[in-house]
Amino acid sequence: MSNIGTLDDPSEPQELYAARKKIFPKRASGDFRRLKWIIMFVTLAIYYITPWLRWDRGPYAPDQAVLVDVAHRRFYFFFIEIWPQEFYFVAGMLVMAGIGLFLVTSVVGRAWCGYTCPQTVWTDLFLVVERFIEGDRNARMKLDAAPYTFTKIRKRVIKHTIWLLIAVATGGAWIFYFADAPTLFVDLFTGQAAFVAYATVAVLTATTYVFGGHMREQVCNYMCPWPRIQAAMLDEDSLVVTYNDWRGEPRTHGRKKAAAAGDPMGDCVDCNACVVVCPAGIDIRDGQQMECITCALCIDACDDIMGKLGREKGLISYSTLSDYNTNMALATDPETKTINPDRVRDENGFVDGLRHFDWRIFLRPRTLLYFSIWAMIGIGLLTALTLRDRLGVNVQHDRNPIFVQLSDGAIRNSYTVKILNMVQEPRTITLSLEGLPGATMAIGGLDQPDGVSFDVPVEPDKLRALRVFVRQPAANVVPGSTQFHLIVEDKQSDERDVYEAAFEAPESK
Amino acid sequence: MADKKDIDEFSGIETTGHDWDGIKELNNPLPRWWLWTFYACIVFALGYSIAYPAWPGITGATKGLLGWSSRANVSADLASVEASRAVLGEKILAMDLADIEADPDLLQFAVAGGASAFKVNCSQCHGAGAAGGGGYPNLLDDDWIWGGDLEQIYLTLQHGIRYDADEDTRLSDMPAFGADEILERSDILDVAWYVRQISGQEHDAEAALRGQTVFEDNCTACHGDTGAGEPDLGAPNISDAIWLYGGSYDEIVTQISKPQQGVMPGWADRLSGATTKQLAIYVHSLGGGE
Repeated sequence: MSNIGTLDDPSEPQELYAARKKIFPKRASGDFRRLKWIIMFVTLAIYYITPWLRWDRGPYAPDQAVLVDVAHRRFYFFFIEIWPQEFYFVAGMLVMAGIGLFLVTSVVGRAWCGYTCPQTVWTDLFLVVERFIEGDRNARMKLDAAPYTFTKIRKRVIKHTIWLLIAVATGGAWIFYFADAPTLFVDLFTGQAAFVAYATVAVLTATTYVFGGHMREQVCNYMCPWPRIQAAMLDEDSLVVTYNDWRGEPRTHGRKKAAAAGDPMGDCVDCNACVVVCPAGIDIRDGQQMECITCALCIDACDDIMGKLGREKGLISYSTLSDYNTNMALATDPETKTINPDRVRDENGFVDGLRHFDWRIFLRPRTLLYFSIWAMIGIGLLTALTLRDRLGVNVQHDRNPIFVQLSDGAIRNSYTVKILNMVQEPRTITLSLEGLPGATMAIGGLDQPDGVSFDVPVEPDKLRALRVFVRQPAANVVPGSTQFHLIVEDKQSDERDVYEAAFEAPESK
Repeated sequence: MADKKDIDEFSGIETTGHDWDGIKELNNPLPRWWLWTFYACIVFALGYSIAYPAWPGITGATKGLLGWSSRANVSADLASVEASRAVLGEKILAMDLADIEADPDLLQFAVAGGASAFKVNCSQCHGAGAAGGGGYPNLLDDDWIWGGDLEQIYLTLQHGIRYDADEDTRLSDMPAFGADEILERSDILDVAWYVRQISGQEHDAEAALRGQTVFEDNCTACHGDTGAGEPDLGAPNISDAIWLYGGSYDEIVTQISKPQQGVMPGWADRLSGATTKQLAIYVHSLGGGE
């Protein structure tokens, strides 16, 4: 029965690989295009300008507003500074970004892809350049098909040069987040910067140029997992870019002819405007597709045509699947099972039963749940940020050996005490010992007599590690383990941190 | 279905003709650049295997045109680490121990370097945490047989203890009072009780009283009148709580009768001068240094 492993017709080999279909998106104009210009401008501005913003933190810290200082293991974000052990703030923000993405997707579909994804933004930017040099869709198609003449070569060279310049600027901007931007900028041009800086610029230049100039929608279709994950995020109440068959079909080119024949006439005039503007090269009229990034340019294109024809806009619109299904049911002739737009029209426009966009679909259990999780994490992070300590102590008990017997029978335990001064001021921190009768401390490298309290100068924004020897006279020693407290205090700011440490002695004397 | 294209009914996509019990394989063509990327990877792999060590042979793998070797890289890395340490190492070699300890940067470097050298050379006897063990002194406490200040520790490290290969080695030789029949058995038993007494342990007071005379006649020359020892002679303090060979009555008796005498090698001829100095500073920093 089955013909395992055989081809239909060995004489005519099947194509298992497809050449890329070139896409020449036409320039669209309209509300969504305007929104996309604004988003593009704002996101690019944030990306390029942020590292150059200054923020005064006093003499002991860098003055760059946003700085990932890998060498010193500090991350600065305006008034916030985090240490590596506070990385949970970043992790929390990433979780918020993830849930925020779920929220946006369940409300307005792939808005991330269509408006803010760097792949989309830079592709758009590259297209602006391409249009400026080579002209709009038709001119570009003609140029592409033309033989290599001087003009063609000149245009291509200019285009690729500008693309490369943008790519270098993009890769170049990235590294400024990791070092003092003005210094690095000078170093970069005088050959003084680190190898890793040049390597990063080179790699990001290559990816920007290849992804934005050459790969474009291929990145979304073949490399990015998000388009496939997002399908699971959408439901019948999510707004997605939709071709409204119920008023568009059947597509009618020659209206007079159709009217004469008495055939039903859809609003779609099959002008192909929605197809030519699509940066993904698809036809939205085929329905929701994996390739659609919901950039909404087809809406702009179609609205433009509908406006010119004097018809209601919104033949292609943001619409939910559930509205679409209701309207389709209205428009479908129960007998012939074909669409007849006349069923949804009346003299005032559309019949009453038709469903249109209603903002209340934003409030659904799913979106409310996403929003509350998102908000709870945000509140949690803010609370943690407000309440976090800027003075800390960590204590490590020496384990090998856990105690040392001294010649007079006293027992000594050694600890590595780390005092964390997380403010950008030098401070004198008082380290004291509490709850261990008779015990005294000695601190290695600190020229002070034994005692129960020490004033330790700590540099701004630094950790100071001390070797602390705690000695308890034989008379006070309790066999086994005794809990006591090591306390750090800033007497000026009243900040305090307590560590419950253990003092170990032999089980029997 | 031999000569016509097979189109899947549901998806409208052509199948490859592969059919497994009614399950058909759709032909969604890969982009061609993907294929070129694949070929490019093969070309890269071939080039890589020529440039770098790759193909196994009978006696070893091909060397590769670039002559890359992980072993050579490690050697180079080690050499550069050595070179980077050399600057501070020379400084340490030239400076007095006390001056090194007074300089926070040098101190940190010396303690870290000493700790690492300690793990390699000393931990076998003194333990990884320098706490010693039966017969091997604990370097953390405040009881030093040969003195616990920086200079003395350094001297011990350089020349060792009872180390035959070094004529400047530290030498102390407690007589075997029992084995060589210097003292009567009963005297040894009595003096051991006396040692228990002066070290503040439970003892037989009557025997200790008898032992006191024996102690004064035989032991004070080295261990001192009170048994506090004499670091210059390497005579241990036997009036404190710390016992190299154990402080129980039996252990004391054994040590008087036939003393164990540990040996520590001198390190002057094995380690570089800077390393020995770092070791001295490290040991001194452990908490017991004088």
